[in-house]
Amino acid sequence: MTKISYPFTEKAVRALKAGEAVEITGRIYTGRDKFHKFFADGGELPVDFTDGALYHCGPVCVNVVPRCVPARGAGQPSLPAAGETHRGTEEWRVVSAGPTTSVRENPYEPAFIAKSGVRVIIGKGGMDAATLAAMKKHGCVYVQAVGGAGALYADSVKTVAGVSLLKAFGAAEAVWHFDVENFRGVVAMDAHGRSLFAEVEKSSGAKLSPLFTSTRQKS
Amino acid sequence: MANALIEKLVALIRETASSLPDDVLKALRAAARKEEKGSSAAVVLKTILDNCALAKKQGTPLCQDTGTLTFFVDERLRRKVTPAVLKKAVALATARGYLRKNCIDSVTGKSYDDNCAEGAPVVHYTVPRAVLGRGVSKPSLPAPRAGTHRGTESPAVTLILKGGGSENMSRQYSLPDAMLGAGRDLAGVRKCVLDAVQKIQGYGCAPGILGVCIGGDRATGYEVAKEQLLRPLDEKGSGMPRQECRGPVAMVGGPVVVGEAGDATLLSRLEKNLLSEANTLGIGPMGLGGKTTLLGVKVASRPRVPASFFVTIAYMCWACRRRTIVV
Repeated sequence: MTKISYPFTEKAVRALKAGEAVEITGRIYTGRDKFHKFFADGGELPVDFTDGALYHCGPVCVNVVPRCVPARGAGQPSLPAAGETHRGTEEWRVVSAGPTTSVRENPYEPAFIAKSGVRVIIGKGGMDAATLAAMKKHGCVYVQAVGGAGALYADSVKTVAGVSLLKAFGAAEAVWHFDVENFRGVVAMDAHGRSLFAEVEKSSGAKLSPLFTSTRQKS
Repeated sequence: MANALIEKLVALIRETASSLPDDVLKALRAAARKEEKGSSAAVVLKTILDNCALAKKQGTPLCQDTGTLTFFVDERLRRKVTPAVLKKAVALATARGYLRKNCIDSVTGKSYDDNCAEGAPVVHYTVPRAVLGRGVSKPSLPAPRAGTHRGTESPAVTLILKGGGSENMSRQYSLPDAMLGAGRDLAGVRKCVLDAVQKIQGYGCAPGILGVCIGGDRATGYEVAKEQLLRPLDEKGSGMPRQECRGPVAMVGGPVVVGEAGDATLLSRLEKNLLSEANTLGIGPMGLGGKTTLLGVKVASRPRVPASFFVTIAYMCWACRRRTIVV
């Protein structure tokens, strides 16, 4: 188990190999469909992703104690989005925060990686060859979180430090600022062009062919 | 009385969403023991098991996609456990945070914030075989089990939650299939199932469970395939479905029965073979490679018309949330 923490340096990220189990600690930001579309349409990034992590996740967050104070964490490098600030952000508790399927962001991710300086993308199911190439070029990895493990991931979120684009996107699509501890995953696509998804798909296909051609009558 | 019933149903919903049935947990633990220490597969399975323990302890949804709710209600409870009563329970469970707001109008895109709408939750009124007393092949019926619908003699309500990620992976083949070289026999069925497993990879949140229906029309195929997911993974070898369905299917085709005992043996063997063959593909938990790609395969059959031969596969993720209560 390799532990990595924010800020994720290029060196640390390039040292990770596909298949390696990791535990992530520190700041991560959620962003899914609306966030990627917003970025592609020229929207200004609401937070600074330099050496940061993007989590494909639509969490279930509930308000606990409404507080009319900015909920920024200390030293948090986030910038308010156009027309939205952290003002009035309330205190939130995360109920469930498992990964969502990443393939939907394939069309946007290479450009996002190039422009944002993101180093770690966390999601489920992997991404395409163009994204893999962008990861190799810019120094970024894809960490597979365990689909369905919403309760455990919610538990690894120690603080909800803020939220951006909440009004514009709604709670499930907003950019949440999570401070996590020992968030578990597996490096499934590394910064050297290796993708476990591509490899497993190929090897399982190779194992299937002889099963198909075998004359052995099943049942 | 009505309130007590609704609270009981709310408790069923909460428990279903927050804890896996024992047979599924047992299968996940067995899978974890098989994987090499420190491998991706071992890490994924440990994460899954830790998640299940935490969710159970807290009574919170173990997966944020609390899925499509499908209730199977004993026919004898039709007047008591009405769709209206079930909707009340679902709305209450949603308001209390046991379920995610997870129901979208397909035309307008608006959210039904209480998870209730025309057709949501899905409700099936069913007649247990034991009650119906026909179409039962005695030797192949497994021993009654506590907590499962099949073994309960008192009228029961079963709930299953199926998330979108797994539902998206379900598929239907039509035989013959030239691409697969699959003909209209069990060898062809086998090819369809193995092809589906390879195509689905880990995207439906593996290790998953397959419910398979051989035959039927397209709609029946999906219905029966999904019903197979109610069967416990550790039941003693039988391909028999748990209960008969009434409704449109029965009206068209007469009582829905799987066939004779010989067929059950055949299907049972097919299930075992498919499970072991699928697990040789090495797809593994979440598709990162490993020994366990599937936790179980459950197969049933339905008669078909001469022109059609469908093989329908309902994919269920590892978060196979099902539970039964006696009412």
